[in-house]
Amino acid sequence: MDFTYDDEQESLRDAVRGLLGKAYSDFEQRRQTTKEDPGFSEKTWRQMAEMGLLGLPFSEDDGGVGAGPVEIGIVCQEIGRVIAPEPYLPVVVLAGGLVQACGTPEQRAEVLGGIASGEQVVAFAHDEPGSRWAPAASGVTASESDGSWTLTGTKEPVVAGERADALVVTAALPGGGTGAFLVQGADAERTGYATYDGGRAARVVLDGTAATPLGEPGTDLTASIGTVLDIGRIMAGNIALGAMQTALRSTTEYLKSRKQFGVTLNTFQALTFRSADMYISLELASSMVQWATMVIESGDADAVRVAAARCGVQVSRSSRHIGQEAIQLHGGIGMTAEYSVGSYTAVLTMLDHLLGDGDHHVDVLAAGVLDHGSLDPLAMA
Amino acid sequence: MQLALSAEDEAFRAEMREFFTTQVPDDIRAAVIEGRELSKEQIAGSMKVLDEHDLAAPHWPEEWGGRGWSDLRRHIYLDEMQAAGCPVPLAFNTSMIGPVLAQFGSQEQKERFLAKTRNCEIWWSQGFSEPDAGSDLASLRTTAVKDGDDWVVNGQKTWTTLGQYGDWIFTLVRTNPEVKKQAGISMLLIDMTSPGLEVRPIELIDGGHEVNEVWFEDVRVPGENLVGEEGQGWTIAKFLLGNERVGVAPVGAIKRHLARLKELNGERIGAEPRLAARVAELENELLALELTALRVVAHSSEGEPHPASSVLKLKGTVLQQAVSELGVDLAGPASLASGAGDGTALPDWTPHTAPTYLNLRKASIYGGSNEVQRQIIARTILGL
Repeated sequence: MDFTYDDEQESLRDAVRGLLGKAYSDFEQRRQTTKEDPGFSEKTWRQMAEMGLLGLPFSEDDGGVGAGPVEIGIVCQEIGRVIAPEPYLPVVVLAGGLVQACGTPEQRAEVLGGIASGEQVVAFAHDEPGSRWAPAASGVTASESDGSWTLTGTKEPVVAGERADALVVTAALPGGGTGAFLVQGADAERTGYATYDGGRAARVVLDGTAATPLGEPGTDLTASIGTVLDIGRIMAGNIALGAMQTALRSTTEYLKSRKQFGVTLNTFQALTFRSADMYISLELASSMVQWATMVIESGDADAVRVAAARCGVQVSRSSRHIGQEAIQLHGGIGMTAEYSVGSYTAVLTMLDHLLGDGDHHVDVLAAGVLDHGSLDPLAMA
Repeated sequence: MQLALSAEDEAFRAEMREFFTTQVPDDIRAAVIEGRELSKEQIAGSMKVLDEHDLAAPHWPEEWGGRGWSDLRRHIYLDEMQAAGCPVPLAFNTSMIGPVLAQFGSQEQKERFLAKTRNCEIWWSQGFSEPDAGSDLASLRTTAVKDGDDWVVNGQKTWTTLGQYGDWIFTLVRTNPEVKKQAGISMLLIDMTSPGLEVRPIELIDGGHEVNEVWFEDVRVPGENLVGEEGQGWTIAKFLLGNERVGVAPVGAIKRHLARLKELNGERIGAEPRLAARVAELENELLALELTALRVVAHSSEGEPHPASSVLKLKGTVLQQAVSELGVDLAGPASLASGAGDGTALPDWTPHTAPTYLNLRKASIYGGSNEVQRQIIARTILGL
């Protein structure tokens, strides 16, 4: 039982903090970056590739580094601290994660190698109109003819879908179940737009579009997709954790410097008590995120599923609380696009709805609430 | 980062579980698990059993019966104790005056009191709060005036928990009214059979007699019963209230309570999604609390407490209260029957639920109210 980073993990954190802290040393840099397509900095993305971050989870044979979930979590937390707009979660964790889990050795080498080197941005096209965070696909269907596969239907919103060189698309299989396919970006009809957190998403329309099955053709990958989504939830929690830390720090710094009625705002107990409650929310989220990240290491899909839901509930509750209070305690300036804190709330809101919100996760937990007496975190890995 | 316990800690955990579930008398554990009031004999009796196995005060200096365990082991010990329904050793003895005497007491005081404090042969009461000194403890007005070698004590203490059982009371008194209020406070050990000392019960909203007023009228206290130096009382009080980072939140007991409510109401919880969601959410908050407690105790460096430890008292009491609230809600109309006694036709777990709920409102008030905790977080952690 140990919640501290080892020396290598500390070094990784310092390196990522150095890189992203420089890229987004002041909030205006992020704001300008997100104003222009593709909504992130190609330069920063390349630097992340050079540092090995984009191949961190992939095996060395696939062009990666072979690091574990704690390391990926460290990168995600640092992304969250400066709300770096680079699409690490959708590209590396989700699209890359599914290719890693289900791709053939050739596919892994090609796609993961491309992601790791920064040459290929690969998006994860899974959400569909009407879908709500389930692992199965239904709005996009796959057909096979003479060994060639095509996809038809609409995926939306697909984060980084317009910029992507390739897409990992989930689709209902003719024989039932959900498969995943590689589609060249240029082969799909894509309409990109900005999202409220500064990111970009796209509507991806497929109409008999050529696609390569990921792994063994026709295999139902629902379980693997589910696990990748669960890992994504925990990594989204890591990003949110970093963002919550900064949102709270901005708030306390503001309370100490902003004067009204001739005194600084930290003179008012109504405000300091609310900050204390934000700190409690942050620490509870921190405990759950660190724990769930370690559960990934167990490789037990059921344990990861439950840990993702547990982490998801706490992060959802904490991030809403902290995001909302951060704006309120700042007052009007928190509402402006020019000042940072409102954008942190926007990113936290996005993360909350990307892979499942608190109520969604509570439903998962409620279904299993009678399966055990008490929870025992010392025996939950 | 490592989730699992080491093999040694795992074995330690098994040993603790085995001990608490087999060596502590079943009738005592059943009373705890069912939420019934414990008698003095039951509380003292279980401490005696613990002490016979050197398990009453493992955090004390080893010279006085401590075990030199890591914080993590102490956490495991408390967790297993609470899970088994073993009463936690009387806090006044093992968490408060014991460590104080070990740290500040004279050699004579240590030899006279510590062993009997550990095995509860002496039942200690706490004489801190006064009618006008609650959260603002330093405003206390009970006086002690030197008369020869003795101190003569006058004044009133209140909220003295289980004072009706007390043999001795460690008492904060004002020995110097001329200096800054914190600097004029000293700590005296007072025999509760002393002439002029009177314990008067306070009835609480749950109908129980748990706390008392303690009145002092010209109570003579031998000079040798001063703890530490004259004027050191505030330092000692801060040590006593602030030296805990293990067991701050009774996570094991709250978990046991929730698990029991689930077991007793499984059918309804299974049939009512809203109830299931409420239980799931509570259970998840408890997990977050427990993991935070583990982060605090697993933090390897000595000395500096982990900043997150301040969260434990506040969130722990909130969840303790929330689980008791769930209990009343699950009992529904049966919760009215607090006075029904043995002949009741209602399920026997239901009559306790409302008194327990009402009783636990105290949790966010004592030991530094949750507002005081927020103040601590805001000032010392957030720098506000």
